[in-house]
Formats: sequence, C-alpha cells, structure tokens
Amino acid sequence: MATHDITLTVNGTTEEATVESRTLLVHTLRDELGYTAPNVGCESGKCGACTVEVDGDAVKSCTVLAVQADGSEVTTAAGLADEGLDPVQRAFHDEHGLQCGYCTPGMLATTHQLLDENPDPSRAEIRKALKGNICRCTGYGNVVDAVETAAGRLREADDESGDGPSDGSADGSSASGAGPDGRAAPPEPGAED
Amino acid sequence: MFPAEFDYERAESVSEALERLEHHADADVEILAGGHSLVPAMKTEGREPDVVVDLDVPALDAVNALDDRTVVGALTTYATVADSAAVRATVPLVAETASEVGDLQIRNRGTVGGNLAEAHPGADLPAAALATDATVLLRNPDGKREVPATEFFRGDGETAIERGELLTGVRFPHTDGAGFAYAKKTHPATGYAMVGVAAVVETDGDGGGDGGDGNAGGGTVSSARVAATGAVDRAVRLPSVEGALAGEPLDADSIDAAAAEARADIDADRLRSDPHASGEFRGELLETYAARALERAAERVAGDAPTA
Repeated sequence: MATHDITLTVNGTTEEATVESRTLLVHTLRDELGYTAPNVGCESGKCGACTVEVDGDAVKSCTVLAVQADGSEVTTAAGLADEGLDPVQRAFHDEHGLQCGYCTPGMLATTHQLLDENPDPSRAEIRKALKGNICRCTGYGNVVDAVETAAGRLREADDESGDGPSDGSADGSSASGAGPDGRAAPPEPGAED
Repeated sequence: MFPAEFDYERAESVSEALERLEHHADADVEILAGGHSLVPAMKTEGREPDVVVDLDVPALDAVNALDDRTVVGALTTYATVADSAAVRATVPLVAETASEVGDLQIRNRGTVGGNLAEAHPGADLPAAALATDATVLLRNPDGKREVPATEFFRGDGETAIERGELLTGVRFPHTDGAGFAYAKKTHPATGYAMVGVAAVVETDGDGGGDGGDGNAGGGTVSSARVAATGAVDRAVRLPSVEGALAGEPLDADSIDAAAAEARADIDADRLRSDPHASGEFRGELLETYAARALERAAERVAGDAPTA
C-alpha cells in the first residue's frame, strides 16, 4: 500500500511524517509526532475528544485522513497557550469544567472557535457549539459555566487592550507565566491531561 | 480504529476526478469530499473501497448567487452555507438547514455534495433540496447532466448518480419572500434527523383571506413544498400536506389540518425503526414536526420571526 510523505505545522512547529492512506490525523498527531492533547475516544466521530483546530477550524481528527491534512496548520489544546494556561484553559480549571477530563482538550479547541466567532454566547449557544463534544457525562453545567467565564474574561481583556491598561486582570493569572502545574515540557505542555 | 487499506489519490480538478473514475472503472472507488460520512463508514460499517479519490477542487467550494437561482458547489461546507449572506438572502431554508447539520466540527468539514451523494435517510439537506425544488448538477465524461432533487434520491445511500459521474453542485431556485422553516428532531445517537421537516410556503398576498384570525400577513397559500427526512429510507415530499395547504389561509387551523396529512403518503411499513424510535413513533413525530415547520414558516410569511 502506498504511503505518503506529509508536512504539518503543529502548534507552530513544522513536522514531517510518513503515513498510510488510511492513517487518521489523530494517530499521526499522537503516535507519530507525540502530541497527546487530542484523545482517542469514541472513534466514531461523536465524542469530540480528538478535536483539534485545522487551519483555524475545530475538526475531529479521528475523522480526517492524515494525508488530507497535508500542508495544514494544526493547533491542539496544548498549543492554544504560549505559556501557562490560556484564559479558556484557566476558566475550565477554575470552574471545574470537566467530569473525568478525558474530553477536555477537545472542548478547549471547540471553545476557542466558538469564542473567536461569538465572543458573548448565550448558554444555549454554548451548548449548541459544544454539541460535538458533549457526549454522556451528566449535565455539563460546569463546562458551560467555564465557557461563559472564559468569554467574559476574554471580552474584558479585549476591552483593556483597546483602552489601555487598567487595574489588573480579573482572573489573577496574567503575567504569572507558570500555571499550577509548572510544566512546560515540549512538545505538549498539556491542558488537563 | 483504522479503515481497511486503500489507495489514496487526489484530484485537483473535475476533469482529473472524472479521469480517475474512468481509469479505475473496474475497481471500487469512493469519492472523498469532507469525509464525515465516508471515513466513519470505512471505520465501522465495512466500507472498503480499493481507491479513494480526494476532491481538492477549489472551484467546487463556492456559492454563486445569480438573478433567480443560487448554485452551491459540491465542496462547500455546511458551515460556509450556514454563514453565507447570499444563501441566507436567496434560499434561507438552505442556510437554516445547514446550520442544523451534525455539530460544529462536522459543519466545518462536511460538504453539501457529500451530503447529497451519501443520501443518508436521516440527512438534513435532502429535505431542503426537495422543499426548494433544487436541481443536482452532475458531470460525466460526456458532459453535464441535471437531475431534479425529486428524482435524485432513490433509497438509503442510493441516488441517481451513475458510475463514472461526479456530483459537482446544486442549483437552488430563489425562495426569498416565502415562508420557510426546517424543524428537526435530532437522533440522540447519530445527530442525523430522527425526523425532519422542511417547508417553503408562498402566499398570495392579494387574496385577502385572513379569515379573521389575525394572521394578516398571509393571504392564501399559492404554493407549498413540504419535505420530510428521517421517516423512510430517503427524503420525500409530502404531497398530501402540500395539497391540504393550497388555497387555504396560512393559519393555525389549516396548519393543523395539513400536518395531520403528514402520514398520508407514506406506507406505515416503510417507516424507519430503531431502538430510539419505532416506525409508529416516527409517524407521530412527522405530524408534530410538520406542524412546527409550517407554524414557523407562517410566522416568517407574516414577518414575525427572524430569518435564518
């Protein structure tokens, strides 16, 4: 069977891989390249644990052939932040926006796209946007809280950057650099995993 | 969970795709668009093509609004259609239906052409294609072929596409000014429609006929196209519902009467059944969702509800 040499830019790093036609993007990211934020969950495209951003769109990396993604820019949940936790990750942490946390990286990727497009979503809009990640772990109330919190902080940060600096950040995490985990190990700082 | 092995080829133009189909005429070839039906089916449903031809044709990822019709290229994603100002303005039902497909991730990758070519019995867009009287555009080595949506869907996964042909787009006649709605009961496991009803209703504003019910926006129904998905093995028009509306004021009584006809054209033993919903329950849903679609369409005729 033919193999294909592909190039991906993952979290800003150029990566090369040789894949089979049938290799799924999630397996290339995890098994070949070591980016472990996208998780393999249901394998049927329902649970969204494998969600990453490909060229800015949240996609389920278990439903994309790696060869289809050749030349793309991929951002995993761990690549959403430069250092420490980004506001979305921080909000999920603060609100305990998870059950076991396995699907959290996918939720972070989806939340990023939601808040890019709709900075002030209603709770109904949040639930609709997370439909591809919400699977069967009870009510997800804390997750919705977390997205609301993240949206509020991002709007506040936007206001501040627009009007010049004001009196400190709402979440106390800015400029601290290191999150509570203190990890910064390449290639994946890790989000919740 | 991996698909079985196959050869992957990329086609960067329609003619290249057609050449590859012809070249592999004796093989089992699948066309890959967004892949959100095909790839899961290759993982879990035993679809094992010899060759997958990936369409990478930018020209097919386009929305082209003309005077009286809008052409949507086969590779246009649901997200693009749902967000398209041109689609919202000219065939708002199609934008509304696209926004209800699957989930955000699926809408980012899944395509209009893939959706229609797959012909899943619970897919959303076929209902919109029927209710807007769309035409499916095909290309083959001899040229072009056009198939009305009413003749396109032949069964579960079966369409009018012939071997060696490629679905390149869909042409939607404009329906701006008509009432419209897509009302869907989402299947909890698959995200497809357990039952979905799409409606486009035009009224004759000169005809009066508000019947004293306060529905002043209406007049009488001059044309109604109502289509259901999820109920049987393909999307179908509901002519009895359409007939019951014709010439009537678009009010609560006529909507109830028309929705009650939703099962009239469908043999009870054709209704789909699964552990989530028996055929009988789907039949009941059909009436309920027909009523909901028509109620929302009526509100839009009257201008009381936001557009898609």
